[in-house]
Amino acid sequence: MAEALAEAEVRLPPDVEQAIRTAHAREKNPVAKGELGNILENIALAKKGRTLICQDTGIPVVYLTIPPDVPYTRVIEEAVAQGVRIATEKIPLRPNAVDPCSRKNSGDNTGQGIPPIHVRPGEELTVTVLPKGAGSENVSRVGMLLPTRTEDVVKFVVETVALAGARPCPPVILGVGIGSTFDGVAALAKEALLLPVDVMDPFERELCDAVNALGIGPMGLGGDTTVLAVKVKRAACHTASLPVAVNVQCWASRRATRVVEVRR
Amino acid sequence: MTDLSTPLGDEILGLRAGDRVTLSGTVYTARDEAHLRMQKEGIPFDPRGAVIYHCGPVVGGNRIVAAGPTTSARMDTLTRFLIEAGVRGIIGKGGMGKEVVDLLRGRAVYLAFTGGCAALAASRMQLGGVFFPDLGMAEAVWVIGLDHLPLVVGIDAHGNDLFQRAREEAKAQCQARFHTG
Repeated sequence: MAEALAEAEVRLPPDVEQAIRTAHAREKNPVAKGELGNILENIALAKKGRTLICQDTGIPVVYLTIPPDVPYTRVIEEAVAQGVRIATEKIPLRPNAVDPCSRKNSGDNTGQGIPPIHVRPGEELTVTVLPKGAGSENVSRVGMLLPTRTEDVVKFVVETVALAGARPCPPVILGVGIGSTFDGVAALAKEALLLPVDVMDPFERELCDAVNALGIGPMGLGGDTTVLAVKVKRAACHTASLPVAVNVQCWASRRATRVVEVRR
Repeated sequence: MTDLSTPLGDEILGLRAGDRVTLSGTVYTARDEAHLRMQKEGIPFDPRGAVIYHCGPVVGGNRIVAAGPTTSARMDTLTRFLIEAGVRGIIGKGGMGKEVVDLLRGRAVYLAFTGGCAALAASRMQLGGVFFPDLGMAEAVWVIGLDHLPLVVGIDAHGNDLFQRAREEAKAQCQARFHTG
């Protein structure tokens, strides 16, 4: 767990770095090109020096796959939390986890319900961590749209980015959830951020082009590159519902996976 | 690319929004709490020609480890006393409100640094000292020596604001596509 988190904080996944590189090559606005150049230099410096990509080291969101012969118990949950504490001290990470009302900081990036852990069955015991920064999380939205107006999905996504402006540190990556329930659609949107960003289906491409037409640009300074990629995850939903969620992610789309050896 | 160094003088009046510059010399970090403290107890450095950096760095040992910019808009209502005391540059991300754009006219510029670029920032910085260490690592005023930090003039001293321009463009695009107000 601590290893996966340490890796995520200093090294961007190759597909994300490549998406920034491609955007840099295509960008026509000189200010925007300069900003993307700074981001690429920052990524290279962090990788080389094994230093933090961004000072907002986020809240670690954890995804586990559990093989059939490993019981999912509190022991696993505690091990995940312990991994976060170790990484926080060793890397070190900025302690970001606070009580929601008293705002008291736990000092170790854990707390009630934090880190959030999502579990799926799998062949191997794996841990994936997605450290999520607040600037982009704070402009994310869930909407319960009219089921007769599926065309409003595009509008909801574009509006989310227009309202966010410079705040989420664009260029962003959008995780979009469509369907499920009020709670399920937000989880889908976040899971979409785990998908590789070097491929987009025609609908994802349409959303991506519609957002880039806004011209917000890197850091809100204007330009062709507002979003690097859009990834969509769908689920069935109630016949009277159309839940949509947009989880906004800054360019520092950090994620890493480790396979955990099980002693049998 | 224009190379600027502190203390800043009237050369900043020649800058225009969209100009790419580098900055060398001394800057002072300040976030919300530091602004409140300076308003109450006074500015602990010579503000004439000085540059404020909206940043809560990670400092380890005697070194800046990570020092990307924070969201400047939080300081919109806390900036007047600094500009009136002679501060001529603000570094941050996301731009500032209309009241600050007006405040900067004829006096100072807002310089945008790329959000999240904590490693790049740290590579161009030397730690010089600290005021108000009791405010904690993120909120204290750190004295930092810069060596050619790459910046963009986001808001110039003539009321031009790249962020405002991009916001208006985005709003117009939204209206054109979805026919909404």
